[in-house]
This record gives sequence, C-alpha cells and structure tokens, in this order.
Amino acid sequence: MVRHDIESQRERARLNRMEIIDAKLSRREMMKYGLLTAGGALVAKSGLSIRAASAGGAVTSPATTPFIEPMRVLTPHSGSRLQDDLDHCTATVSDDPKEAARAAHQLWKGNEPQVVYNFTQKPRLYRPHPKLAEQNIWTFRDFNKDTESPLTMIHARYGEPSMVYSHNELPANHKGYGNPMVTTHLHNAHNASESDGNPTDYFGPGSYKTFHYPNMYAGGDEREALGFLWFHDHCMDYTSQNVYRGLVGTYLLFDRYDSGNEEDTDSKAIRLPSGKYDVPLVIENKVYDKNGVAYFDLFNLDGIIGDKFLVNGNVQPYFEVDRRRYRFRLLNTGPSRFYQFKFSNGMKFWQVSNDGNLLPFPIERDSVSMSVAERMDIVVDFSGVTDNIVYLVNVLEHKDGTGPTGKILSTGVGDKILQFRLGAKVTDNSRVLTKTTELRRLPDINMSEVKKERNWTFNRRNGAWVVNGELFNRNVVNARCQKNTAEIWNITNASGGWSHPIHMHYEEFQILSRNGVPIKDGDPEKSRKDVIWLHPNETVKIFVRFRDFTGKYPLHCHNVVHEDHAMMARYDVVDDASS
Amino acid sequence: MDMRRRQFLVSSAVIVGGVLLGTTMADLIAPAEGESFDGSPDGRFPNIVLHGHDGGAYRFYDDLIRDKIVLINMFFTGCGDICPLSTQHLVQAQEMLGDRVGRDIFMYSITLNPELDTEPVIRDYAETYGVGPGWLFLRASRDDTELLRRALGFVDPDPALDADLETHIGVVKFGNDAIGRWGACPSFADAEEIVAGVRTLDPIKRT
Ligand SMILES: [Cu+2]
Repeated sequence: MVRHDIESQRERARLNRMEIIDAKLSRREMMKYGLLTAGGALVAKSGLSIRAASAGGAVTSPATTPFIEPMRVLTPHSGSRLQDDLDHCTATVSDDPKEAARAAHQLWKGNEPQVVYNFTQKPRLYRPHPKLAEQNIWTFRDFNKDTESPLTMIHARYGEPSMVYSHNELPANHKGYGNPMVTTHLHNAHNASESDGNPTDYFGPGSYKTFHYPNMYAGGDEREALGFLWFHDHCMDYTSQNVYRGLVGTYLLFDRYDSGNEEDTDSKAIRLPSGKYDVPLVIENKVYDKNGVAYFDLFNLDGIIGDKFLVNGNVQPYFEVDRRRYRFRLLNTGPSRFYQFKFSNGMKFWQVSNDGNLLPFPIERDSVSMSVAERMDIVVDFSGVTDNIVYLVNVLEHKDGTGPTGKILSTGVGDKILQFRLGAKVTDNSRVLTKTTELRRLPDINMSEVKKERNWTFNRRNGAWVVNGELFNRNVVNARCQKNTAEIWNITNASGGWSHPIHMHYEEFQILSRNGVPIKDGDPEKSRKDVIWLHPNETVKIFVRFRDFTGKYPLHCHNVVHEDHAMMARYDVVDDASS
Repeated sequence: MDMRRRQFLVSSAVIVGGVLLGTTMADLIAPAEGESFDGSPDGRFPNIVLHGHDGGAYRFYDDLIRDKIVLINMFFTGCGDICPLSTQHLVQAQEMLGDRVGRDIFMYSITLNPELDTEPVIRDYAETYGVGPGWLFLRASRDDTELLRRALGFVDPDPALDADLETHIGVVKFGNDAIGRWGACPSFADAEEIVAGVRTLDPIKRT
C-alpha cells in the first residue's frame, strides 16, 4: 500500500476515534451508528469502553456505600480422614465413568493421601454488597453466606499428603461469560503435572478429577517450604472469566517451623500470629453492571480494570481487629490490576514472605507492591495504634490493561479497600519480630547445577501475544528441562509499554538480576518466587531447579486476559537431556 | 424433558481435554431459551450493514451473529505476511470443522480497508485462498468498520499502534451468541489451536 494512503488512514482513524470517544453524538448520529436501539437503549456503549484511550470506563458500577458490611473470614475446608475414604484413593484412574482421564499420580508410594477433600464447583447465590444484586457466583464449596467467605481454604501440612476430588457440577447449559469446563490449579504447588490443573486438561460438567497434593518439600529441602498458595480455575481461553465468576481459594501450608501456632513450645517454631490472627485477605477487582451483577467485558483484549475492590468476596468490607499483631496474607487475584498497598495511618509493618514463601528475615516496610497472582504475608501490629479506624489503601494508579501508570497517589486519594475497626488490647504470644528474626533460609544457588540457559521473550505481534516469536500450541513443547538439573532463564519484555506478571508453574525460582542489576541481600525480591512483575523493556534473570516430577507445565502471563489470548508457552520436565 | 432425565444426560457427557467421551458432536444442541445471560448484557453489537464477497448485504447482528457460532477476524488484502498466514490457517481450520461450517458455524473476515478492498477484490481474495461455503469476506463503510472494530475489541491502547491497520489483524474472536460465550486466539495460530477454541463454544448438553 502506498505511503500517503496509510497516512491519510491514520488521520481519518484519529478523527474517528476522537469523534466517538469525545462523543457528544446527537441522537440521530447515535441511531446512524447503530448505537441506539429502537427502544432508545444505548447498545454499543461498552464497545466504546476503557479501551478507547483513557475514557475511564463506559461500564461503571452502581454506587456502593463502603464499609457497611463485616469482612467474611475464610474458614478451612474440612477433609475426611476416614479409612474408607482414604482406601478409595487410587494412583490410576478408577473405572468410574465420571472420573476424568489423567496420567497415574506420580510418587504415589509413600505419599498416599492421609486427608481427602471434596470440591463441588457450582453456582451459588451471593450478594457481594447490599447495594448489589444477589447473583450466582461459582465457588468450590457450600458456605454460610452470613458468616463465611465464599472463597474456599485448605489448611495443609508438610508430610501429610492429601487428595482433592474436584467435582464439576457447573451447569452444562451455562449462558454468559465463563465456561463450565474446569481444571483446578493450585498456584505455586510442587505438584506433579497430572495434579497441576494444566490449562489444557479441562474436564466437563458431571465429571470429576482427582488431584494429589503430596505436600513434600521440593528436593526434600525444607528451605523450599511454601506457605501461602491459592486455587483458581485455569481453563484454557477462559481462565479470566472463570476466575471472575469466583473459582478462587487459598491453601495454607504449615510445617514444624511455620507451624500455625503462636504458642508453639518447639524452640524451632517461628510463632507468627496464628488462629484467628492469621488472616488471608483475598483482593479481587470487578465491575458491576447497572443491575448490580458482575460484568465481564468479553471484547476486551488488554485487561479488565474494575472500579470495585472486594476483600474475601465482599465489596469494601470492614474488619474488627484486636489491638495486637496479625499475620495478613495478601493475594491479588486480578484479573489485571496491579497494586501498591499502604495503611492510611502510614504505619510500618513486617513483610515476612514473597509469593507466600517465607523470607530469610522480616523486612520493615511502609508499602508493598503486588502484580497479579502475587502473595505477600505481612505482620501488622495494631497494639500501639492510637486511631480507632485504619484503612488498607491502594495508592497505585492503574487505568488500563497495559499496566499501572506508575503514578503513586496519596493515601487520601487512593482506593480504600478495607476498613480496620480497632478494638481492645488483648494477649499476644506471637513472636516480636526484628530485622534479625530467622524465618527461613534461602536454598543455595549453585551454578554448577545449571545445564542450560534459555531466553523467553514476550512480545506483541499484530495485536496477538507471542513468546520467542511463537504462538502457543498445546502440543508443541517449547522447552525440555532435565529433571535434577537447574537452568538460568532470561525473561524479557519486548512488548512496548506493557507490564506483565509472568508466572511459571511448579518450581519457585530465585531472581538473580533485573536488567543486569543483581538482587541484593535484604531486598524483598531476595526470595523464592513464582511471579515476576515484568516492567516495560525489562529482562529478569532467574535461577530455577527441576525436581521430583516429570510432565508438562505452562509459563504464562498472569494478567489473565493476556493469558486467555495465548500469552503462554509450554515447558516439560523430562528424564532425558534438556533441549 | 424432566429435570432428572436432563441431569442424567448432562452427567453422562464427560469431556476431557476438549474431547467428548460417550457422545458425539451431533448429539449437541443449543440450550433452552429463556435463561438469562448473567453479567453479559445483550446488545453490544452495532447492527451495521456489511456487504459480502458474494454480493449479499448483511446486518451485523441480525444476519451474521444472532444464534450462531462464529469466528471473526479483521484483515485487508494489501497486508504483508500476517493476513495470508491467518487466512491459510483459517482455511485449514475450516476444513477441520467440516460441514459444520455453513450449518451452525460461520466465519467472517472483515476488511479494515473498505475503500481498496472492493467487492471484486475480496471475491478474488476468497477464491485465491480457496475458502469454502459458510465463510464470508465482508466490507462496510469506513465509519461502520471503525465502530465494529472497537465493539469487537480490536483496538490498541497506544494511539499510534491503534491507527496502524496491521495491529488489528492478529486475533480471531470466536463466539456462540446463543449462550453468550466468547473467546479469542491468534488468527495465525496453528489451525488445531483455532479449532480447539471453537470447540469450547459447544454447549455441553444432549437432547
Ligand atoms: Cu501480560
């Protein structure tokens, strides 16, 4: 095509864009453009949504009075230890026609389940705020909607393998966004491929699949202990929609050191705040339509940025706390928003984990930043706070799917997400943290184990996502990593102005450097991670080991809207040599 | 059908990895009318008029989308490498979907350059690539094309990239209007991936 033609097209496109966005279109023009129905309703309004430059979002949620409902607390799902139930678990698929196909569970012998859980995924009615509609959300289990969070939780222990029967009871004839095909992923777990909830291993309504969680340290190394993991559905092409529907839960993993008992008499126990003082705060970002029903823009290819913030399933709740120490486990479920959290009174706190894995030592912070799917454990001490009300505030401006603008808002202007109502001073036997409290040492990085260095470059081509120039194909293995070796991966963002939370399944890794600058001791990223906040034009170098299991795993963007548009690659852990 | 029988039949259609066990595609029908589209409001498609390479005129929603399973991509005949690659992969996908294309699945390629891509040009283009029945190459007025492009999400937040036609040709949307289910994948993806995407649009239900 000739050059001047492109130029004139650009100019025309620009004019059109301005016309539609700024759009004081007359009623006649609206009819002409097909924007109005005969009845006068605005039909294509959402078509001219946030994606049209910085218009701020065409779908705006109804007003919701903040902090009028108590925060729902996640309660641990109860499992069965009955011998009958345990005997029923098998490594191979049973002859029950309802059981979905899978490979036999690896490392079964010696890791036979000691607890059995049942998930029943189906729509359940819930009202996320009094001003919003009671609506069907998809959850993993029944819950008491007056007292419990709709999000499920499992408390697990190292050395105590478990089995989850994940039943798909979603309606086969479901209409609207979401796909009733599911594959239950336990994010960050050191699980075999067949129990990983791989995006392409979805199973349909009326069937179930078993997931074996051996709760074993990677490579038998207790320094590899994971602490705060989360469940979410991972159905290929529909992860963002199914997660938005509500298929989210948390998984807390304890061991002798992080024992979940602040009064533990074991001298090795870290004694972080426990019981009702160990509280997951699951932060979801949504937008609701005029009827108060969660709205998902199916024609947004960039990322969904909502105007409502939910904590544990409710929009902007309040939480009555005692004046003592708490362990808060922060999780950002996305779909696309990044955060920087602070407290409204500016108080400092201890960051004790990164991606839910304990740090070597606590780090004193006054804010933490989180891209999608990241987890941070923080210990907050309310005992010396004089205010009776404190807010958790997001101060990071984020307007569209490209990523945060980088602008930090003042706590007065930021998004108040959760209100703490401070009560009485009470006994607190949890450990007083200092900069030298030993939490969990990092595993050594031994370069002699490295058998391969790979580059993963995330790019955008003609509006589609590519990894190393290739498109995702579930049957194409992009990397074969030999079991019991380590690799160096250079993860590069070459996609222009976009930020991406890049996640690899299975093994957590350690970041060596960002753009060549080494991560130093005492940096919160001197830690074991599974998500990288990848800034525009950045290269992050990581060290990762492959241990215990073989099989396929994905590496993908956790802006789940990007992920659903195939921003994903496949790596396999193999017994043979790497390739 | 009473509830009990329906549930029995639903639960007997087990799907693993996108492959149906114990049922076939022919057993699948669209779901019953009258169920609401939770959180997916109606009426987001501008009902503009498009002209096909077959000489027909079509209302976008009424004639092309309503109650159909569709694949939609944007292209222009003058584009460099990607449109030819996409078109070839979509031709393969069409072959793999067999006689469902034209029956319950329809494919639409909409030109971003309606001034140059006149009816004879897009007809030649379709013939060159050997596209089968059930797949229309379409053109609309410049304004309507812009409106449709935005409504379908073929946009880029960077104004310079958004103005570049080549930005919008790399994605194919697939959807089933009857159940309000939509997804997307790269248009130049391997045909098997495109087909895997389309297969997720079948309601999992038997008569
Ligand atoms: Cu991304």
